[in-house]
Amino acid sequence: MNLAVELPGLHLKNPIMPASGCFGFGREYSDFYDLGKLGAVIMKAATGNERFGNHTPRVAETASGMLNAIGLQNPGVEKIIETEVPFLANYDIPIIANIAGSTIEEYEEVAAAFNQTDDVYALELNISCPNVKKGGIQFGTDPDMAANVTKKVKQVSNLPVYVKLSPNVSDIVVMAKAVKAAGADGLSMINTLSGMKIDVAKKRPLLANQTGGLSGPAIKPIAIRMIYEVKQQVSIPIIGMGGISNVEDVLEFLLAGASAVAVGTANFQNPFICPEIMDELPMVLRNYGFHSLQNVIEKGAQIV
Amino acid sequence: MRKEVMYIQSSLPIARNTIEMVLKNYYISQTAIPGQFLHLFIDGLSLRRPISIADVDREKETVTILFKKEGTGTKRLAMYQEGMTLDVLGPNGNGFKLDKECSRILLVGGGIGVPPLYYLGKTLAKQDMKIISLLGFQSAEYVFYREKFQALGETWMVTNDGSYGEKGFVTDVLDKIEDVDRYYSCGPMPMLQAVTKKLEHKQGYVSLEERMGCGIGACLACVIPRTNDRGYYKICKDGPVFRAKEVAL
Ligand SMILES: Cc1cc2nc3c(=O)[nH]c(=O)nc-3n(C[C@H](O)[C@H](O)[C@H](O)COP(=O)(O)OP(=O)(O)OC[C@H]3O[C@@H](n4cnc5c(N)ncnc54)[C@H](O)[C@@H]3O)c2cc1C
Ligand SMILES: Cc1cc2nc3c(=O)[nH]c(=O)nc-3n(C[C@H](O)[C@H](O)[C@H](O)COP(=O)(O)O)c2cc1C
Ligand code: FES
Repeated sequence: MNLAVELPGLHLKNPIMPASGCFGFGREYSDFYDLGKLGAVIMKAATGNERFGNHTPRVAETASGMLNAIGLQNPGVEKIIETEVPFLANYDIPIIANIAGSTIEEYEEVAAAFNQTDDVYALELNISCPNVKKGGIQFGTDPDMAANVTKKVKQVSNLPVYVKLSPNVSDIVVMAKAVKAAGADGLSMINTLSGMKIDVAKKRPLLANQTGGLSGPAIKPIAIRMIYEVKQQVSIPIIGMGGISNVEDVLEFLLAGASAVAVGTANFQNPFICPEIMDELPMVLRNYGFHSLQNVIEKGAQIV
Repeated sequence: MRKEVMYIQSSLPIARNTIEMVLKNYYISQTAIPGQFLHLFIDGLSLRRPISIADVDREKETVTILFKKEGTGTKRLAMYQEGMTLDVLGPNGNGFKLDKECSRILLVGGGIGVPPLYYLGKTLAKQDMKIISLLGFQSAEYVFYREKFQALGETWMVTNDGSYGEKGFVTDVLDKIEDVDRYYSCGPMPMLQAVTKKLEHKQGYVSLEERMGCGIGACLACVIPRTNDRGYYKICKDGPVFRAKEVAL
């Protein structure tokens, strides 16, 4: 069965990749399986300088999901290019760099830095992190700011740019249209939803950051609805994510309008989730009457 | 570390709200070292639960864990019965460093921080080291493993309300204990802060807890600041055991 997908800048041998922030830079998972099996890998967010992130506790369990407020901890873009990209480049997989910043200039600087290496194939522009005070979410909820940062990044980068949309908006289609008009090559949907948990015994917010990003199966119906709405009106490819934890979820995302998918939180429960889904995919596609992955994506584009 | 299936050989209450579970698995029983933990999947929950390895029997191929019924996960785990299986990542983390040149060792444990010290104490006692244990519990009904620690050497027991052993905190008793070469401590953060402060001039190790996402070093949920503002360590991967001087508690 042919599982290959062609996306701007990315030739994927299958549509499954780990989501940013849920896979580090792959090292830990490389102890479990051959990363070369993956369709692609999306790295943890890179910022201009090293970032230490938020105070702990940084995660909390919720019904069918979790809240996280890591706060974009990462060693900074230069260190990532020097030590993490070469590690991932040992595997035969396209590397996607997730980039973030507090200012437009920082986004430009981080995006331009990835021009130095031939091993990164695309950028995922993270304008939707709910856990940082400056930047992050505010770029992702204002269509003008989102368009502006997309345009600036496109100008300095020679890589295709996938803009990662925030679900914390009332009209996701407006955001998708704005970033497409600004030159986005594709979309990543969705990032986490802003949420909160209160520690009843201590009578105060459980996360040190007070609020955090909700992920996992709890957000899947929202992701499906948003991808479906965007697909109807905006004609650029979508990498879908949000609560995927099994092969049927993957099919649902493809039918909603995604062309590939990323698996996040489910890696924590089962580190083998990505290869397991890949192994099951051909048989499940056949069971549902599809003869290739392209076939499902085409079907998805027609669903009304 | 691997993802393994462990068979529950027994599950018994041994103190108030405290369960001892003996799990059979070849790989984990042969590779686990003191201070490492298991990351347990519990049906219906998104995140795995970290629980320390309290004892290992390489011949019987078993690993013992002790846990306290705290919240949703541990209450559900307490309902798992003999004959059932558990999906486990393990053994995780780096474990206690065993300094061969030492001869007198102090173990300081508080509450559900006591379990990892047992496997450590047993391992060190086999290397002919003198073990002194200082164990703190809330009250008499929470006390467990008293005889097991006594079999390793001198054992001091402390309860907050004085219902068993000495009354007070472990730090109230520290001064009464003879000099040692190394200390190892695990327990609630305020206890670790007090113990490391009191034993500042000594070399020692602490085992830490933090809420975890992945348990293997990928998500950066479980960090602890390094001393001297040099960023963070990951408790799940770089720890849970650290030299007391390298982390800012
Ligand atoms: C390395 C390590 C070793 C541990 N060893 C033991 C042990 O041997 N015996 C034992 O009884 N407990 C141990 N704990 C604490 C134990 O993991 C928590 O009590 C348990 O996760 C609580 O889960 P829950 O579902 O009952 O509580 P809930 O409050 O319902 O859990 C919600 C979330 O918070 C997390 N959480 C809650 N309390 C803690 C805590 N104290 N530390 C870390 N995460 C927490 C849970 O893992 C879960 O993700 C250890 C923790 C760590 C990090
Ligand atoms: C612990 C954690 C860290 C994350 N870090 C990032 C990040 O650095 N950059 C980013 O764009 N998204 C990040 N995300 C969001 C995920 O990439 C993904 O969009 C989201 O979790 C939804 O997918 P899921 O439900 O499968 O986890 C993070 C999510 C989690 C749970
Ligand atoms: S729990 Fe994910 S890094 Fe420690």
